[in-house]
Amino acid sequence: MNIFENISIDRFLGSLRYMGEGMICIFIVIGVIILSIYGMNAAMSKIAQRKKDKENAENQND
Amino acid sequence: MVEIFRSIVENFDWRYVVMWLIGGVLIYLAIKKDMEPTLLLPLGFGTIMVNLPLSGAIGPEGALTTLFNAGIANELFPLILFIGIGAMIDFGPVLANPKLMIFGAAAQFGIFLTFCLASIFFDIPDAASIGIIGAADGPTAIVVAQQLNSTYVGAIMVAAYSYMALVPIIQPPVIKALTTKKERLIRMPYKGKEISKTTRILFPIIITVIAGLVAPSSVALVGFLMFGNLIRECGVLDSLSETAQKVLANLVTIFLGITIATKMNAEEFLQPATLLILGLGLFAFIFDTAGGVLFAKFLNLFLKEKINPMIGAAGISAFPMSGRVVHKMGLKEDPQNFLLMHSIGVNVSGQIASVIAGGLILSFFG
Repeated sequence: MNIFENISIDRFLGSLRYMGEGMICIFIVIGVIILSIYGMNAAMSKIAQRKKDKENAENQND
Repeated sequence: MVEIFRSIVENFDWRYVVMWLIGGVLIYLAIKKDMEPTLLLPLGFGTIMVNLPLSGAIGPEGALTTLFNAGIANELFPLILFIGIGAMIDFGPVLANPKLMIFGAAAQFGIFLTFCLASIFFDIPDAASIGIIGAADGPTAIVVAQQLNSTYVGAIMVAAYSYMALVPIIQPPVIKALTTKKERLIRMPYKGKEISKTTRILFPIIITVIAGLVAPSSVALVGFLMFGNLIRECGVLDSLSETAQKVLANLVTIFLGITIATKMNAEEFLQPATLLILGLGLFAFIFDTAGGVLFAKFLNLFLKEKINPMIGAAGISAFPMSGRVVHKMGLKEDPQNFLLMHSIGVNVSGQIASVIAGGLILSFFG
């Protein structure tokens, strides 16, 4: 295929849509991943805190 | 005997000599310059093998063609390699500071910009495959180019792996051109945080589910990467993790490089399109770097605690090279400025984001 005979500005203009959609999708996916990591970290520290409190309470009872 | 020589002479083409030289250059770069030797050396040698007149290595019964059909045409080799890569990566820095992941997303800008530019000259599937060179991720580039049936797999591979090796040369001038001395001096104290084992185990599973729901075509890419990471983090498969990181990754890499050479035959490779693809690949790398840096500068307009914009450049997938380049640049500007943990965090985010970008491209055009 001769790439210089294949030049098309219409194809370029059509592809711009995918650039916008692609970048938006990546930011959305990464955003969701970031939020889920924050959520996971918060849940884990809460669980750890509860465990600690429970242990403290048990120690005090003993 | 005379017949054999006659058929060799009849089938000889000057372009073979050019391809031997290209193969020689790839071997030279691998050995003398230490540029991605694990891939460029087998690729260089394979290039010579397939460009011999009447080569028995290619063709319907050729060994390399058989390997190609068995491992690359069905994307098996790159996906298996992803298990090894996943097992090598420690996502700790990202889990400790999740917001760094946003730079991984921003640094995929070059992929889509290059895709648009390439679409002027190439059909959409080829343009998309060329754009993904900017991911700086060889296996993703192979999977995308192969699934989209690109005719330029060989050139795309050479560009992807060569530029990955050239990260320390390509990135610093781009970063310097886009940042001021004051910005490069910004210090970012690292607040180390302990990550629980449960979080480390849940992370690869959650990433696979999220990426899979948004871009179903990325499930294989993301899933194999994250499966490798799960083996690493689960704590009960140490021997498998070690095998995936070393033996499996090395084994697949040997076959990957030499098999890709099937696409390096003179007729397909020596075209003006190859030069254009190499140029566009460089463009993709530059704009990926620029995307990350400029996004960090943009965020700095709103942040009280400023970010060193150099770390944005590490959002490409060339791990850990890009993270180290940024860290070294930071030390050069200020010997007390340690950006390593931040830049490596951004770098592993780039690994995830580039795989997702590959999946999105497959969703759009696959």
